[in-house]
Amino acid sequence: MASTADVSGLTQLNSPSEQNSDDARGYYTLGEKIADTKAPKGLIAERWTKHKMDNRLVNPANRRKMSVIIVGTGLAGGAAAATLGEAGYHVKSFCYQDSPRRAHSIAAQGGINAAKNYKEDGDSTYRLFYDTVKGGDYRARESNVYRLAEVSANIIDQCVAQGVPFARDYGGLLDNRSFGGVQVSRTFYARGQTGQQLLIGAYQAMERQVAAGTVEEFKRHEMLELIVVDGRARGIIARDLVTGEIETHMADAVVLASGGYGNVFFLSTNAMGSNVTASWRAHRKGAYMANPCYTQIHPTCIPVSGDHQSKLTLMSESLRNDGRIWVPKNREDCTKDPRDIPEEDRDYYLERIYPSFGNLVPRDIASRQAKNVCDEGRGVGPMVGDFRRGVYLDFADAIKRLGEDAVREKYDNLFDMYARITGENPYETPMRIYPAVHYVMGGLWVDYDLQSNIPGLFVAGEANFSDHGANRLGASALMQGLADGYFVLPNTIREYLADAPFPAVDETDAAVVEARESVEQRINTFLSINGTRSVDSYHKELGNIMWEYCGMERTEEGLRKAIDQIRELRADFWSNLKVLGTNDSLNQSLEKAGRVADFLELGELMCIDALNRRESCGGHFRAESQTEDGEALRHDDEFSYVAAWEFGGDGGQPVLHKEDLIYTAIEMKQRSYK
Amino acid sequence: MRLTLKIWRQANATADGSLKTYELDGVSEDMSFLEMLDVLNEKLNTEGEDPVAFDHDCREGICGMCSLMINGEAHGPEVTTTCQLHMRSFNDGDTITIEPWRAGAFPIVKDLIVDRSAFDRIIASGGFISANTGSAPEANSVPAPRDKAMRAFNVATCIGCGACVAACPNGSASLFLGAKITHLGELPQGQPERWDRVVSMVGQHDAEGFGGCTNIGECAGACPKEIPLDVISQLNKDLRTALKHGH
Repeated sequence: MASTADVSGLTQLNSPSEQNSDDARGYYTLGEKIADTKAPKGLIAERWTKHKMDNRLVNPANRRKMSVIIVGTGLAGGAAAATLGEAGYHVKSFCYQDSPRRAHSIAAQGGINAAKNYKEDGDSTYRLFYDTVKGGDYRARESNVYRLAEVSANIIDQCVAQGVPFARDYGGLLDNRSFGGVQVSRTFYARGQTGQQLLIGAYQAMERQVAAGTVEEFKRHEMLELIVVDGRARGIIARDLVTGEIETHMADAVVLASGGYGNVFFLSTNAMGSNVTASWRAHRKGAYMANPCYTQIHPTCIPVSGDHQSKLTLMSESLRNDGRIWVPKNREDCTKDPRDIPEEDRDYYLERIYPSFGNLVPRDIASRQAKNVCDEGRGVGPMVGDFRRGVYLDFADAIKRLGEDAVREKYDNLFDMYARITGENPYETPMRIYPAVHYVMGGLWVDYDLQSNIPGLFVAGEANFSDHGANRLGASALMQGLADGYFVLPNTIREYLADAPFPAVDETDAAVVEARESVEQRINTFLSINGTRSVDSYHKELGNIMWEYCGMERTEEGLRKAIDQIRELRADFWSNLKVLGTNDSLNQSLEKAGRVADFLELGELMCIDALNRRESCGGHFRAESQTEDGEALRHDDEFSYVAAWEFGGDGGQPVLHKEDLIYTAIEMKQRSYK
Repeated sequence: MRLTLKIWRQANATADGSLKTYELDGVSEDMSFLEMLDVLNEKLNTEGEDPVAFDHDCREGICGMCSLMINGEAHGPEVTTTCQLHMRSFNDGDTITIEPWRAGAFPIVKDLIVDRSAFDRIIASGGFISANTGSAPEANSVPAPRDKAMRAFNVATCIGCGACVAACPNGSASLFLGAKITHLGELPQGQPERWDRVVSMVGQHDAEGFGGCTNIGECAGACPKEIPLDVISQLNKDLRTALKHGH
């Protein structure tokens, strides 16, 4: 971490120069290509098996001498803590919440994919792999995705054994439903609370290890710095959020499973505390941040109701199985009671434009089309700026076809939640929905072993970039989090730990002292600026910039403007912030200040990444790159790579390292869901 | 709308606390209860007073982090979590009293925040099925009768918020405990550890200082996930069976 003087110096980043010909010229420098991802060679179906065999083992008697820090207790972190604990390693688990069970994986609603082919509808490991690569618009690393599809079936077995109460048929066997972007039914679910049930499964498995003494919990603790000694990740600096104590924790390896950074937009479906700090601190210590601009804007969220709004609430994509999305054909109907608009005056635009996938097109497409019809002035609900920002999600046909009871059994918690938030009854009148930031496909760069470019630093779940390319399919986040935590990481980290335990590091080591002092100094700065604006006011303003210019549609001009505005805002933050209270007690404003400070740096990198990628792919839509009928247009010749950004120092430019994407098991095509 | 808020302020676990009164204007009925508190905190920050500390995270009713006794009721007047409670449930001119969960086993940390780590320790004492990663049989090799699986799911929706404890005159966590015993006990996978589990978890519950159940039923009334009272009957039945068989 730099001194505070350097932090405010961030605003003096070099201004654009003319020597490069690309859109992001002057904002970055080009570094070496990434030569080795450690992805094994050979037939794709055999790579993981071979790699597991090639990775060295750690003798059970030696495992207890080795310690692993895991930051985050969601599906990836919780599952990894449980599994590594079972294996006999000493695990130290950190979460900022009051209990590991609260991690935001808990809010995932719809389901988890697995290639079980229980419906005998043509599913297979290869098809799940194919759908995921295609859904991600050919911007994911194929070896990782195949492995994900391969272990998906084991996840279901594991969760059922733990007592996860998945939905079942009358014969007592597991039920499935379908999700966007695919034509098979491979999604396992527990009503609209699948994430909750899976997370509680992982949490209980982890608590079992707490009782067994292999996992040590640090709750209400936040990681504020990574400790790198002799080139290896060896520990973290964490703050006890109750006492304010700054603690040093050392280990043989560090795993970040700290989730996504969607809250850079202020309004998102993330939990209020979800943040980028753990990842960003690691990035500043040298870990590459990959594809940071890849953001998933989820099509079915409850629209914004006013300025006071603190978060947006998702309505599960599973609703698109039975709900039909429409807007009025005519603008003058937009303020009418939807039930009074006759069938012939409704535009079921997804069914019209995409007849084969209809309402089940992937999320990026459903979101952008919702924006398009609203931009045309055919949106519904309250005015937000110049337009009404909402479309109908209508269950009248489903209720007629299946009966209200059947609809209730499938979706009642979602319908109840909608009614509570909006004050409207969705059994009687169509829901209003609008896209909202939901998930980030970008994250810290990792190799096939889920190891970052800093040896000993592993990254799992949403915090890494690896499996979803430029767009994630529904019900795949839970799959990836649990795949990483239960099956991948435990099999890859052992190759690294085979050389452990590493020499003990003393707390007086220069790297440890530097990390501690930088954390303390930063906290003191927050408390001593003594300006006039609250943390939240900066966060909201940053969110507005990001949503306007780095949201569903991005342009060169807008992104440049955003970068300027973010730099200005960041300078103001460091000179005019007001945080009350002290460090030596529970201080929620102080916690938020650190998170927002990091979002203010991340936001700029996201814009630079989006500016550099002058193509449209998945969730990244550049207005300059579209087909005649407005569909996303990729440029595989120029952009078939992972953009891995190295921190360029305060006041310096980020360095772009490209990892070429090579497909051997799948042919790259322009996506079509028509 | 304009509100008078009486809020419990307490600097830390050992300090004395008291109710402090605040006037708040300009509250919209579309705000959630926590957004109303956000507005208050923004105002306090501007005025130089320490903002009110309260627990919250997902703000969509599922993480279980938010709490609050609102006018003496856990999570307020509706059957939902505090984060999903909206200001349309209140009227202009109302006085609202906001306190932390009150229970001996949930010590206050600051203002409206309490320490619920006793719940984690109860789960660690047996609230799981022992199935190491990699050891699971094929998922469909053990069918689970649909009605039992549904009951398991319905009670597994417990979010561990602690409203049941806060509402109970005895400070008992029997609803929380009964929900977990019933969830795992209804499934075929939960049978091998069923009897040891209930004995161990009840022992931990009592050791944490939660009170006993006297069948008052306030817990089920306060539960935002509507966990039914019969899980406590199930808990007692399982405990009797286990003790009878010497577990």
